[in-house]
Amino acid sequence: MSHQRVIFQIHAQDNVATLLENASPGEVLTHRGEGQDVVLRAAQETAAGHKVALRFIPEEAAIIKYGVTIGLATAPIRPGDWVHLHNCKSQYDSRSSHLDLNSGAPTETRYE
Amino acid sequence: MSDLEWTGYLRADGRKGVRNLVLVIYTVQCAEFVAHQIAQGEPDTHVIGFPGCYDNEYAIRLMLALGRHPNVGAVLAVGLGCEYTQPGRIAEVVRTSGRPARSFFIQQQGGTTSSIRHGKELVHELRHEIEAVPRTLITWSDLVIGCECGGSDGTSGLAGNPVVGRFFDGLIDQGGTAVFEEVVEMIGLRSELEARAANEEVRTSLRHTYQKAEQYCRAVRQYSVSPGNFAGGLTTIEEKSLGAFAKSGTRPIQGVIKVAETPSHPGLWLMDSVPDEHFMQFGYTNPNDTEGIVDLISAGAQIVLFVTGRGSVIGSPIAPLVKITGNSKTFRQMNEDIDFNAGEVLDGTLTLEQAATSLATLVRNVASGTLTKPEMLGHREYFIMYKHQNTPGLLEGCRA
Repeated sequence: MSHQRVIFQIHAQDNVATLLENASPGEVLTHRGEGQDVVLRAAQETAAGHKVALRFIPEEAAIIKYGVTIGLATAPIRPGDWVHLHNCKSQYDSRSSHLDLNSGAPTETRYE
Repeated sequence: MSDLEWTGYLRADGRKGVRNLVLVIYTVQCAEFVAHQIAQGEPDTHVIGFPGCYDNEYAIRLMLALGRHPNVGAVLAVGLGCEYTQPGRIAEVVRTSGRPARSFFIQQQGGTTSSIRHGKELVHELRHEIEAVPRTLITWSDLVIGCECGGSDGTSGLAGNPVVGRFFDGLIDQGGTAVFEEVVEMIGLRSELEARAANEEVRTSLRHTYQKAEQYCRAVRQYSVSPGNFAGGLTTIEEKSLGAFAKSGTRPIQGVIKVAETPSHPGLWLMDSVPDEHFMQFGYTNPNDTEGIVDLISAGAQIVLFVTGRGSVIGSPIAPLVKITGNSKTFRQMNEDIDFNAGEVLDGTLTLEQAATSLATLVRNVASGTLTKPEMLGHREYFIMYKHQNTPGLLEGCRA
């Protein structure tokens, strides 16, 4: 926990915030933007631009950003967890649940 | 944003431009090389064109809208000679707007070299004719400004688009006009969209526009989100939608226009570029950023803002493209390409309001003639393709 990393919350009701710099497990996350200051540590290696959970989010519960549901949790999410394709699914676009977690590249398209 | 005035170009049809361009339009891919060679080295001469031999009313409407754009003073239409789209008809319609226009077929000029020579002579004639176009005072209320985003990352929705949204609020409060599009990037936001309608009639048209876009996305199983977006931290189309929607600011939406239509009065307008039902089912909505930018220009936007978090190197013909990033690292790494750093909002060195004021100053300078970075680099990408949109009441196609 040698570094403090900034997370930016857009709307007071959000349960996720966006990392402005890369974070490693155990690093303290410094809150900026809307909503209440929270004490958080990054749970996993999480890249800048990606989201972390501000509080516990049960499976099937809404992931909220901009004060609006951006997807549903596909697994229980703990505070500080990286929230992305592996634990959050779109309510519209089924394909995005089949993309590579890190590159976003499609995994189901056949090249033959 | 104060009530400043500066100087622009007054067209015979009353529109006011911030550039004084000759536009070369080719009517089939076979004429593309010659068209570009004609414009090569000619000052303030841009090129657009349509690659298909078989004509398309959507593409023709789009080219006619671009040919009569406020920033365009004159048009040269160049065809090969055997395609369906008729350069003579394009020039004829452009002339009815009071702009000088010429046209010719390459096959009647004796080939590449003589066509380029002839085309350059015509461009010189047109340039001479539009040098006399009257200058006029213009202000915010004379401007139509479009906004597109592309190459998005997590910062576009956090800073880039919100700064544009705040600038748009100010522009509209000064009597100006703002146009945004990317309806397919509003999937998941039906109630947010409808809540912004200026009246009940607009609410109905927003609902129909939204439903069409959602059906379209389901049908083609393609939402406007790409591997690079996911890698950048966006997880769902809904999340991207909200970030994209932030560029629209907070003012009421006055209505929905289709490609090549112009807003009937000032305020905030949504452009619908999604294809309508057609037996051929051709046309892809937002196939790339350039297509969306060209669509916004067709609405008469004299300037287009382009928000890119990851960094894009494109520009646009006809209307200067102002490139904005919400990512300070992208701004440093691609500084020769990016005009404005909204990332300072995330760095904590500027408030949203301060950034929007600074963007307004930049836009006013560009409207007064300052070149944007894409203009300085010579970027003039365009993309016009087959599509079908129902737009009753608009000028019919130009098929001979």
